[in-house]
Amino acid sequence: MSIKSAGEITDQAYKQVLAELLYQLGDDDFVLSFRGSEWLGLCPHIEEDVAFSSITQNTMGHATMYYKLLEELGEGTADELAHARPKEERKNAVILEEKNGEGGYMDEPRYDWAFTVVRNYFYEAAKKVRIDSLKQSSYSPLANVAKSIGREQYFHLKHWEVWFTQLLSSTPEAAERMNIQVERVWQDFGDVLSLGPSGEKMAEFELIGDEKTLTEQWLKQVGSAFKAAGAVMPEGAPGAVSGNGREGFHTEDLTQALDTLGEVYNLDRAAAW
Amino acid sequence: MQHEVQQVREEILEALKEVKDPEIPSVSVVELGMFYDAQIEDGQVIVIKMLPTFTGCPALDIISRDIRLAVQSKISWAEEVKVEFVFDENWTTERISEEGRQNLKEYGIAPPPVKHKEGDPWHVDCPYCGSTYTTMENIFGPAACRSILYCRSCKNPFEAMKPVSNI
Repeated sequence: MSIKSAGEITDQAYKQVLAELLYQLGDDDFVLSFRGSEWLGLCPHIEEDVAFSSITQNTMGHATMYYKLLEELGEGTADELAHARPKEERKNAVILEEKNGEGGYMDEPRYDWAFTVVRNYFYEAAKKVRIDSLKQSSYSPLANVAKSIGREQYFHLKHWEVWFTQLLSSTPEAAERMNIQVERVWQDFGDVLSLGPSGEKMAEFELIGDEKTLTEQWLKQVGSAFKAAGAVMPEGAPGAVSGNGREGFHTEDLTQALDTLGEVYNLDRAAAW
Repeated sequence: MQHEVQQVREEILEALKEVKDPEIPSVSVVELGMFYDAQIEDGQVIVIKMLPTFTGCPALDIISRDIRLAVQSKISWAEEVKVEFVFDENWTTERISEEGRQNLKEYGIAPPPVKHKEGDPWHVDCPYCGSTYTTMENIFGPAACRSILYCRSCKNPFEAMKPVSNI
């Protein structure tokens, strides 16, 4: 099955499930790139500042591409989808909205680099698995977008993989800090790997592979990084103890992210840019 | 009067040669291989389809505006010029023309290798002195499409355009 454009969709159920998937993909990239932007000027060294902000900029571009696909489905403009949707309508995984650490960007940021490295590496690994699957999506515009994102994302994954394996196999203090964060991110990462309540339908419509297969591929990918670092991967599948973002559950951290991101937009929603 | 796309295609390309990437002002969007297709709607509206280079590139909006202005001033009968970024085909660094590669070098940016596949080693010669004795400083540079390198022969830092292939 192959659908070439939004106009070709006749099955309403297909359209609804496709939109659901696009919201998950777009919202994940959107909120994590916001958290990435909050590291600007605060990274461990200047080269990392350049690299991380470049990755973050690309990732925000990826979110825009998914929102544009939603725009074509009649869901509203990309700007509205990014800024004007209330918290309850967001479909991103909860672990991705969590603050980078204590304090705030404007108020003594005491962010945790280990948390950032673990969260970003796990996320980029999951994103790679999804993108590879999306390249065969029955919805051609999504498959095309996935190919375009995949070329850039290759560099992102490599970047975080280097940080992850090097810190995990570095000094005892680094390894300890990393392991604390591995444990923390692991217990909530199931949310990222989840395709939500419509997951089975997504696979049925051949929009993306099934959740179980994708999760297995992710475990294999991160497993090899743990092995390379000589570290032990937590046992069992990752959990979702803080709640399921795919079902619209979110924390106060997302409120803060959306308020900050939308501050200018909300001053005057009709302003021309 | 109706206009056919074949007749004006050359004119459009001529106009696009004047449109530069604002972050690499020595290279036109045609040399970069960003031009994909042009269509004429209702005989009066020109629709130009472009392939975006890097998705998060903030220059895309500026490029889009510059294309509209350039084509509009060159082709006076056009009632409207629309620019669309499409993903029907993926832009790769192989699309950069030989002229474009030369102009990149003149601007101090080493062009990407002609044939590149995922996982291939990426070796870059210095755009200033041609030496192969270079080191990678940061794969992520000041723009999404560029990396930062250093030439150990002429002791110049320089930038290189990242190889992008269909992965």
